[in-house]
Order: sequence, then C-alpha cells, then structure tokens
Amino acid sequence: MTVSAGQSLSRLDPEPIPRRDVLGLFALWSMASALLFATGGMLRLPKAAVLPSPAKRFRTVLPATLQPGEAFVPPGRAVALFRDAEGTYAISTVCTHLGCIVRPTADGFECPCHGSRFARDGDVTRGPAPRALSWLAVSLRGDTIVVDEEATVPAGTKVTA
Amino acid sequence: MSGAENGPGLQQFLGNLRAAPRRFVDTMCRTGRPSTDRTRSGFVFGNVFLHLHSVRTHRWSLRWSTTAGLGLATLGAFLITLVTGVLLMFYYKPYPDVAYDSMKDIHFIVPTGRFVRNIHRWAANLMVVTVILHMARVFYTAAYRAPREFNWLVGMALLVMTLGLSFTGYLLPWDQLAYWAITIGANIAQSPREVTDALNITSVFDPGGLQRLLLLGSDTVGEEALIRFYLLHVMLLPLVAGALMAVHIWRIRKDGGLAKPADVDARLGPPPEGVYPVFTEAPAKTYHLAAIVRGRTPVVGHGPEQTVPSMPHLFYAELAVLMLTVFVCTALALVSDAPLKELANPLVPENPAKAPWYFLGLQELVAFSAFMGGIGIPTIVLAGLGLIPYLDREEAGTGVWFGGSGGWPLVRRSLVVGLAAALLIESIAIRFGWLREWFPEIPQLVITAINPGTILTLVYGWYSVWLVKRFQSTRAGALGLFTCFLCGFVVLTTIGTYFRGPNWEFFWSPADWPGH
Repeated sequence: MTVSAGQSLSRLDPEPIPRRDVLGLFALWSMASALLFATGGMLRLPKAAVLPSPAKRFRTVLPATLQPGEAFVPPGRAVALFRDAEGTYAISTVCTHLGCIVRPTADGFECPCHGSRFARDGDVTRGPAPRALSWLAVSLRGDTIVVDEEATVPAGTKVTA
Repeated sequence: MSGAENGPGLQQFLGNLRAAPRRFVDTMCRTGRPSTDRTRSGFVFGNVFLHLHSVRTHRWSLRWSTTAGLGLATLGAFLITLVTGVLLMFYYKPYPDVAYDSMKDIHFIVPTGRFVRNIHRWAANLMVVTVILHMARVFYTAAYRAPREFNWLVGMALLVMTLGLSFTGYLLPWDQLAYWAITIGANIAQSPREVTDALNITSVFDPGGLQRLLLLGSDTVGEEALIRFYLLHVMLLPLVAGALMAVHIWRIRKDGGLAKPADVDARLGPPPEGVYPVFTEAPAKTYHLAAIVRGRTPVVGHGPEQTVPSMPHLFYAELAVLMLTVFVCTALALVSDAPLKELANPLVPENPAKAPWYFLGLQELVAFSAFMGGIGIPTIVLAGLGLIPYLDREEAGTGVWFGGSGGWPLVRRSLVVGLAAALLIESIAIRFGWLREWFPEIPQLVITAINPGTILTLVYGWYSVWLVKRFQSTRAGALGLFTCFLCGFVVLTTIGTYFRGPNWEFFWSPADWPGH
C-alpha cells in the first residue's frame, strides 16, 4: 500500500480502497478460510463413524422361578428383565444421570453414584437423574428372549408370547 | 621420527588434555565465568534456557513474600511429571486389562517403578495445588492489571490444561476408580443433552453427544477411550501446556517483570550493606540529569532501579524453589503410595465413585444436576475470572498483598460471607433435600437449571456487585468475588471428599458408612 503525505492511514476512512489492498485482503482471507477448512477436515477424523462397541442385541432365558416384580440381570449386561401376568419387559440399568449402573431393589432401582432413585417402572423418584430409565425392545422366541439395548420402547410395553 | 621432535608435541598434547575440562566449561559458558557484571550478563543472555530471564532482577521480585515461588513450583512439578511420565511410558501399555497388568508390573516388579509412579502422582497433585495458590497470589497482589491482562488469561488456560492433564491421567490405570471416574466425566461432557432433551431438539442439535463421542471414540468407556486419553495425556496436552507455559513466562518479562507497587523504592529502602554485588561496576560519576530527573542525582553507587544481577541472586532462589519441589514430591512418594484398585468392571460401579479430590467440589454440584453443576457453573466461573482484569482498571494497590479498595478487612469479611453462604446452602440441600423432594412434579428444565451451585453463584455475584457499589470500586467487588469463589471451592471440595459416602449420601465420618 502506498501512502502519500497527508493521506490517512486508516482503512475505516470512507475512501475507496486501492485495488492492491483489495487483492491483498482477498489473499489473506482466502488463506484464513483455507486454514479453517483444513482444520475442520482434521477434526473430522477423531469423530468415529463406526462404534467399536460389542453387539447390543443379545439372547437370554429367564429362570423358571422368577417371581413377578423380581429382577433378572443377564450376566454381563446392564439390563434388568421382569416377568409378570401382563408379559415380559426389560428396563435399562444405565442411570440417565451420569451413566452409572443402577441396582434393582425391592421397590425400584437405586444409583450408587449420586443417589438417584427410580420407581419399579423406571420413573425418577429422587435425585439428579433427568429422565426415567429406558424400557428396551424385547421379543420372545419360545423360551428365549431377545433384548435390543439400542431400541427403546414406551414405558409399560410388555410382551407376551 | 626422533624423540627430540616428539617431546614438545607430546607435552603440548598432555597440556591440552589437562586443560580440556576447564576449556570445556569456558566454551560451554561462551562468555566466561560469571564473576563481573559483564560476564554475569553474558551468563544469562548467552544461554538458551536462561535467557528467558532478564539480566538484572528487581529487588522487589526477589522478596519471598512477592511470589512465594508458587509459579516456579508449578513449573517444577510439571517438569517432574514430564521426567517420571517418560519413565513410566517404558512399561505402560494403553490397552484395557493389559493396562491394569502393566500398572501392577510397575507397582510390584519394575525396579523403582512404584517409587517413580508415586512421584508422578504426587507431583501432579502438587501442581494442582500450586497452580491454584499461584492464581490466588496473582489475584490478591492485583498483579493481573494492565499490562498483564492477557497473561492472566494464559494462566487460566494453563489452569484448565493442568486439570485436563490430571483428568486424562486418571483413566490410564484401568482400575475401578479410573473407569467410573471417566464414565462420570464423559457423561458430564454429554450433559448438554439434559437441556436439548428438555427442549426436544436432541435429534437435530446434540453438542453433548458429540463431545462424548469425541472424548470416548465410542459409546462406552473402552479401548478407544483409553487410547484417546493416553494420546491426550502424553502428547497433546503436554505439548499445548508447554507452549502456553513458554508464552506465560515470556510475557512476564515483556509485560515489565513482576508487578511492583508504585512506591516500591520507599518500601524497599536502600539495599542492605551485605548484599553483594549490587552493582559492582556502578558509575562513580554523577550524571548531570538535573534538568530531567527530579530529586537527588541518580545512579551513584547503586544499580539502576534497585536491580541486582540475576546471576547469582535470582537463579539461586529459583534453584532453591525447584529443589524444594523435588524434595516435597519425593518425600510424599516415600510416605504414601498411589492407589490402585481392582480391575475395572463395567457392570459394577465403585460405591462411592469419587473423582480426584480437586474435582469433588464439581461432583458435589453434579449430584444435584449434571449440566449446571458440571458445565454451566464452571463456565460461568471461568468467564468471571477471565473478565476480572478487564473490569478492574484501577491502579491503587498493584503489587501489594490484598491491595486496593477494601483491602484485608474486606477479604476477611468476604471469607465469612463466602463460607457462610456455601455452608448454609449445602446444609439446606443435605438436611431438607432439593427441588425434586419438595415439588415432585416440577419440570426437568427447572431441576437442571436451579442447582444449589446456581443459588450460590447468584449470592456471590450479588454480594460482589453490592461491594462495587458500597466501595465505589471494581477492585473491591473482585476481591469479594474471588474470595467467595475460593470459599465455595473449599467447602464443596471438603464435603465431597470427607462427608459423602455410598450412594453419595451425607455421613459425618467414613466410619459410619454401611458395610458392603
């Protein structure tokens, strides 16, 4: 940029911007946007497209002696299964607050981490949990039960054979 | 070849060999031994590591009570974690279950492994303590003021880096403590969902889910999460923290050294007789500057602006602080072992699952509502702290402990207010429960937003605005706010550490915990 004596230096002045300035600004801004674009592209990498977690669908068999209202927790799964006169249902035992595993108790569930309590149908009764425990999709194939931990269903959905 | 020709050559060779150690030292120092003012200056600016310092240091900066060496102790602790961390990397394997086995190897088999891990752990803890104390020192001596505002912000970024380094290191042992602390931490990152869920927009706008996904690389804490935390812990965060530290230290010098009170000369008085060399090559002649300098003619017999050579005065002081840091870390490492619980079990949470002590204040807030306690209030606190140097543009009291309007009496009163407010709100929440117990049908958004911490933040904010009006001074408001923030931090951390047991219930003592 050429500056002659008496001419103001500020770009804020309402004088027409010399052509060389326009080109210079254009170069700077295109470099800045290219950098921004490249950074965005690099940040795209850490966002996993495929989640490497184990399969969320599993089969299990309820013990014959399971009483209505009594929870059955299949080994290695964060799910509580119930069976009563209306049918079979599954409630996730992952706390909706911060992801701890809740414990089935006589009158519902309790979370060991921050003291959230849930009713037998998963509704929050105490503590910081923002949502009720999720009910999970269940299907029956004879005695075998297939539970899908990824598919939630409305609370109260019970399945009969 | 004859012996007569060998004689002087061999003697020269032997002479050079004898002189080699001395010449090595001379060539290393470049400017010779630091014995005069000139060579002392050369000692500083001729050395790539030392030249971050200025050649001469103000006597005010060397007083113990100016800084208590807290910033340097933080740097020292960081360097100790770097060295011990690299040593631990010889054996640590970042893969689930294998990680836990390698931790056991380090603890039980590797020579000095347990000791080195203990030092690493204690240095990390010490770094958190000193970085908070350093921040308090800078605040209470009003050293964040112009032209040092930006360095205060760099310092805050370093505080976040320090906590991030500690948090990412917490997962690596892959024991129960690690697993559940990180599960909770990752779900706090996801907690903006509480708000988006309540507004029913999670399907289109889900920053919480994105944060958790980026942190864990999966939907559970597993191998992807471990390798990410490892990468952050040993590479990304140390690099960023190191770069920020370089900027932080460089800016001290560029911003004019440590903050000094305006009447520093009067406060310091003339240098004591014993201090040598104050300025060994002091000008013996009086400069005739009477036309521009008021008062007596300057610079006869003592150094300009009350400075002494950095070598040896500053460097010996720094060395003493660094050695004290090393001593504290090793002593603690000898006395107390870093914990290692049983192998992580993704189905059985630790009860109580506690984060490291410096996050237990946050965990106390999170136990009322995750988003406000884990993200909302920390963001408000960081924004408030960052704004302080831009809002307080006063000049009175810079460089003096509790300087500015109000001074120590105001800080004392703020301590009472801050402690009382935090204890009162916590007692209410512990004794009578919180919103859901009082109004079971209350909308979730209200529970999310109104955390005991929210009330506490509002009380503190209102109190400091009142102080601004009462004293007609922003510094008074800042003094009150910062003191209250420290009080809240201490109260919440203490309750989270000592008074919370299984199911995060209140117990007066761990002896009252139900057995399991």
